[in-house]
Amino acid sequence: MISLPILPILIVLPLIGLIFIFLSSEKDENADQSKKSALWTSASNFFLSLYLPINFDKSIPHFQFVNSFSWFNSDSLRFALGVDGLSMPFVILSTFLILACIIFIIPQSKKNMKMYLASFLLLESFLIGTFSAIDLFSFYIFFESILIPMYLIIGFWGGERRIYSAYKFFLYTLLGSVLMLIAIIFLYQEFGTISIPKLLDFTLPFYIQLWLWIAFFSSFAVKIPMWPFHTWLPDAHVEAPTEGSVILAGILLKLGGYGFIRFNLSILPDASIFFTPFIYFLSVVAIIYTSFIALVQEDMKKLIAYSSVAHMGFVTLGIFSANIQGLHGAIIQMISHGIISAALFFSIGSIYNRFKTKQISFFGGLNIKLPKFSVIFLIFTLGSIGLPGTSGFVGEYLTLLAVYSKNTLVAFISTLGVILSASYMLMLYKKVFLGELSKNMDKKNDDVNIYEVSLYTVLIMLIFIIGIKPGIILSYTTSSLERIIQLYPISIF
Amino acid sequence: MFLLSIFLPLLSYFICVFFFGLIKDKVLSFVSCFLMISSTLFSIISLILLQINGDQSYVLTNWISSGSLNIDWSLNLNLLTASMVIMVNFISSIIHIYSVGYMSKDSRKSIFMGYLGLFTFFMLFLVSSSNLIQLFVGWEGVGLTSYLLIGFWSYKEEANKASLKAFIANRVGDFGLLISLFTIFIVFGTININEILLLVNSHSQSYFNFFGFQVHSITLIVTTMFIGCMGKSAQFGLHVWLPDAMEGPTPVSALIHAATMVTAGVFLLILMSPLIEVSDFGKKLILIVGSITCLFASCVAIFQNDIKRIIAYSTCSQLGYMFMAVGVSAYSVAYFHLLSHAFFKALLFLAAGSVIHSMSDEQNIKKMGGIYNRIPLTYTSMLIGSFALMGLPFLSGYYSKDLILEFIFLSEMSFKFIAFFIGIFGVLLTTIYSSRLLIYVFHGQNRSDEKVFAHIHESPLIMVLPLVILAFFSIFFGMYFYSSFVGPSLEEIWSKFMFVNSETNQIYSLGNIPNIIKKLPLFMIITGLILSFLIYFKFSKSLPVIKQRLHLIITFFYRKCFIDELYQMILIKPCIYLGRGFWKSIDMDLIDNLGPNGISRLVNSFGLMVSKLQSGYLYHYVLSVVIGLTLFISIYIYIF
Repeated sequence: MISLPILPILIVLPLIGLIFIFLSSEKDENADQSKKSALWTSASNFFLSLYLPINFDKSIPHFQFVNSFSWFNSDSLRFALGVDGLSMPFVILSTFLILACIIFIIPQSKKNMKMYLASFLLLESFLIGTFSAIDLFSFYIFFESILIPMYLIIGFWGGERRIYSAYKFFLYTLLGSVLMLIAIIFLYQEFGTISIPKLLDFTLPFYIQLWLWIAFFSSFAVKIPMWPFHTWLPDAHVEAPTEGSVILAGILLKLGGYGFIRFNLSILPDASIFFTPFIYFLSVVAIIYTSFIALVQEDMKKLIAYSSVAHMGFVTLGIFSANIQGLHGAIIQMISHGIISAALFFSIGSIYNRFKTKQISFFGGLNIKLPKFSVIFLIFTLGSIGLPGTSGFVGEYLTLLAVYSKNTLVAFISTLGVILSASYMLMLYKKVFLGELSKNMDKKNDDVNIYEVSLYTVLIMLIFIIGIKPGIILSYTTSSLERIIQLYPISIF
Repeated sequence: MFLLSIFLPLLSYFICVFFFGLIKDKVLSFVSCFLMISSTLFSIISLILLQINGDQSYVLTNWISSGSLNIDWSLNLNLLTASMVIMVNFISSIIHIYSVGYMSKDSRKSIFMGYLGLFTFFMLFLVSSSNLIQLFVGWEGVGLTSYLLIGFWSYKEEANKASLKAFIANRVGDFGLLISLFTIFIVFGTININEILLLVNSHSQSYFNFFGFQVHSITLIVTTMFIGCMGKSAQFGLHVWLPDAMEGPTPVSALIHAATMVTAGVFLLILMSPLIEVSDFGKKLILIVGSITCLFASCVAIFQNDIKRIIAYSTCSQLGYMFMAVGVSAYSVAYFHLLSHAFFKALLFLAAGSVIHSMSDEQNIKKMGGIYNRIPLTYTSMLIGSFALMGLPFLSGYYSKDLILEFIFLSEMSFKFIAFFIGIFGVLLTTIYSSRLLIYVFHGQNRSDEKVFAHIHESPLIMVLPLVILAFFSIFFGMYFYSSFVGPSLEEIWSKFMFVNSETNQIYSLGNIPNIIKKLPLFMIITGLILSFLIYFKFSKSLPVIKQRLHLIITFFYRKCFIDELYQMILIKPCIYLGRGFWKSIDMDLIDNLGPNGISRLVNSFGLMVSKLQSGYLYHYVLSVVIGLTLFISIYIYIF
């Protein structure tokens, strides 16, 4: 019924834009020509990706828009692309955030701007590939390839300690992935297929599930990241350039959550049940522990980074509660965190562009200097706190409700995170924006420019739209998630 | 009609905020006042239509639907919500008008009006929502607007601290409420208020596994819900934010921290009264906490010097009375006191605002005095407000507060006598702090600067008019509506919307209360008046001596029983300490050193070790070849 090979187009289009960027001979830091091609590419990719939700059949739980190509001339090894309700929102999120990043880059100038833009387009292609891959090998290849542009973005355009951070990021993620590769090879040898939909039909023996689960877990737990594999994240965020942080927090972390649902929960349900208490423990620790750490941070980006770990704790709680509210909550929480943390990092980028520092103690009374911007930042702060009406609330509420039905103690402790998140975010807001004007800021500074206003307006609208009508996302995911839950054995926890 | 009365304040917010700076402030203020007044009119009309059309619920659209969880955006129209909506709209419009005068010199006054509108919207949303999650939206929304309005003058460090404190203390309460909402959904399978109330009886004996213990589910629900109400209604333990919240502009204190938002906790309990009836433990807890708050706050109020803080503590203790009424199942009486309190407390705050305004922003009552003839209208309204608060006969407070005391006396709770005596004693304390306030502010010698004194003037008409309206209601509200909250018509009117204890009501209607009980509050008021007249007026010269003698007690109460300091010590400092500990010693030392840094160090040292073997001497290599060969051969021989 669908003739347009939409997913391959979405993957290839950024690469075409990439060629255009390389063809231009600009060497200066502005690179207007390249900016234009990047903008056009990412914009058209974003609008093309809207083709997916428009033509998506909500009642089908299986993969749609499937394209598969032969790979190594072998029938069992096919390169297959497709999306279901679970992955479709993330594809849109990726195209949207990349576009947002490009828009944010436009008024700036950076060293080697051409390459910078190119990295983002490359990243876009790989991200869409990861979310739409429905065979294990191409998933793995895309999943790992993301590291390359991301490593470059941090290591080349980052802050002072960028090399250390980039290595830490690379080391952590690669270590996890190696185990995943072994698991994938094992699955192929055992069942002769790498197609994810086909794997869903097999039931694996429990002890094999355990090992495979650990292998997949080690990769995704680093990505999402769970405590105690999270220490790469604050460093990477602090050193990464603004747009790098946005992609890192906005999409890369979601790869972990997506992977948990797609592999651990769907393919290895028995092991998931076995490890649920373990996951609960790590998530609760992540929520409380990182919230405490966020209370005492001196760097804005680090604070948001630690809060990301706490928010992702809710995601893992929701996923492994393995009921419909939990999974819905996890997906909404991921999308919402994708938007809100991106918005917060953009805002910090705006501050950084003006004052060249992210130290909290440097600021004070910023709302006198930048009144409009401070209102915008407040809205993002409230979204991050999970104020009802914003998207953050829906995610937190659903995941906590799901956990509460399984384990009251876990839910009780995690709900404490609600108090802590309000404390650290509002303390940040107070220190930076309220009070008397700090002496450091006597320079004249303009309030938000037109690029920023348009970007932030869209983000704010998204936060409220998802908060007031989360159904626009949830309705796409329901049938796919229900299928996962049906296959899931009844848990005792 | 009903929808209009709720959404017009939101419209006012958007107009004020988006057109700020584009349209003249005067026009915006006018528009927002106009919208509020029409909203009030619409809500009165919807109450009239309610008599014709009956209860209704308006479903706007679906919000969350996930599995068996189905939440709509929808509003309930019934007598309880409609009357509350009228009260909120009415007080809010009066305060809108007052603010036009009070904030006239502020450069961001349109934003202020906008925030007031937003607050009103959230409050109405809270009151009229048909399910508890949507109620929670309003609940958090009013918390947010309270945060914004307390910190409205963001250049004041104190205001910022106070707003942060308010939000976080409220969040602690919200935490309890959230747990309660989770439990409700799991026990009842729905969060629609009407459906829950229908299902209460079938779940009255159900148990719930909480932390591995079997807990009576409704007791759990009520207890955790009460924690939420404690936060919002500033009950003892979570009350710390309310006095500090007085850093905000005075209209805010009147609207949010006296008349509407702080009563949301009481309102929620009244709304869910059939649920609370099932839990004996919950009722006891509510009664105990209410009594403690009532006593504590009125004690502290006597020793404060800030005019607004005194009224704030008074609000605290009045809320304690309302909770006591809830604790003895006299919900309609609690609701009655909620409404009448809204009028006279808003009046007190607005009058205090008028005093502050005329005293050039002075708030310390020790620096006022002798100004009653300079600002006669403010003085009169303050007097009416205080008398209504004390409960002098035939004013609003007389009816509502005495009813609470009598119902406590009639109840069958095990420690009703203690609660009753606390209540009676509270009346005495209320009288003392109110008259202390009046005496210090309006009578005696003037203690302010000459400059300030010369400048004292009655506030403009736009600020005085609201005082007059509120004074009118403070006098007559109780008298007129008394019979609808108690006595024969009680059941007919309210039994559909809240639990009505018909037995106690019957005893009350028959008049089986000893006369001495009925007269006790009045006796206390007179004692209080005489006492305070003696202490603060007649023998005011000997006050310093008394103060020295009772130095310790006075400092104890002046510093609010050291609760802020206690929290600082046992909560805030450990949190910061814990945060630093986790960050520096676990994250940076333990995990990083064992993790990535450790591995890289390991690889490094291994590389160093191996590179030492590459010494470059031929005999080293020959030796290793020989050793390797020997090992290889011996293994080969051993195996085969």
